[in-house]
Amino acid sequence: MRVPILKQGSYLIASVQSSLSDEELIQLSDDLIDKVSDVRSKGVIIDVTVLDVMDSFATRVLRDIAQMIKLKGAPTVVVGIQPEVALAMVSLGLTLGSLKTALDLEEGLSLLKNPLSEDND
Amino acid sequence: MSKEILENNLDSFNERLPILNDRDIVNIRSKGRKFASDLGFRNQDQTLIATALSEICRNVIEHAGKGEVIIKSVIIGKKIGISFIVKDNGPGIKNLDRALQFGYTTGRGMGVGLSGTKRIMDEFELETKQGVGTTVTMTKWLNEFEY
Ligand SMILES: Nc1ncnc2c1ncn2[C@@H]1O[C@H](COP(=O)(O)OP(=O)(O)OP(=O)(O)O)[C@@H](O)[C@H]1O
Ligand SMILES: [Mg+2]
Repeated sequence: MRVPILKQGSYLIASVQSSLSDEELIQLSDDLIDKVSDVRSKGVIIDVTVLDVMDSFATRVLRDIAQMIKLKGAPTVVVGIQPEVALAMVSLGLTLGSLKTALDLEEGLSLLKNPLSEDND
Repeated sequence: MSKEILENNLDSFNERLPILNDRDIVNIRSKGRKFASDLGFRNQDQTLIATALSEICRNVIEHAGKGEVIIKSVIIGKKIGISFIVKDNGPGIKNLDRALQFGYTTGRGMGVGLSGTKRIMDEFELETKQGVGTTVTMTKWLNEFEY
């Protein structure tokens, strides 16, 4: 299933609806990169609340998406990583690199709106 | 449920599933999670188990093309656990010591799959022969206080 991407103000919000196959993740990556140029978005949020596993592939794709969107001038925030998923990622040895995360949509949006106050890397 | 398994039914589940594409990885790990949950594993351990399973099945697709997994419950003495046997007839691993090192990859990955999975699971065994294939056998035990 294709991940819906909504436009809210000058931000794009992609809400993952179910566990994703690799193909669907790549599709999300392509869709986001297209859309971000189309609408001159100021930032992208990827909501992964429903994901019950983030393995090395998913992590790598999310990192790559953020990297490519950054090249287009917009920051990406991943929101909703479940605590047990985060812990499993750490146990596996996965890091999110420079990828920004927030608890939920609201926190993610405020992170995008006030990058200077909260963005300290 | 675990107590009943212990008393009545030594082989509560044993299922063989093919690993042919990335869709299968998603199905296999959710099945692994469900079995783990039925055995009495807590949510955090279910997630660890599903993540480990995802990594090893992904290695099959990425490095060997296809394979299969057997998911089963194991009971040894008073210990209950969940076991996965992930098998392929791919090219095998040339340098196993290096492959098990964190960060080592021959592909585009981050090289975390094998080392991380070994850390997550309680038992981890990897048999490989060049030109013949690779088999990973891994187990996670339930903590005694959980049943
Ligand atoms: N089933 C397999 N058949 C053949 N080679 C394998 C298999 N599994 C792992 N390998 C080899 O071992 C290496 C290390 O595997 P590992 O899963 O740790 O990292 P990776 O798959 O390369 O990257 P990542 O898992 O981080 O995406 C692989 O690059 C590959 O060369
Ligand atoms: Mg791997």
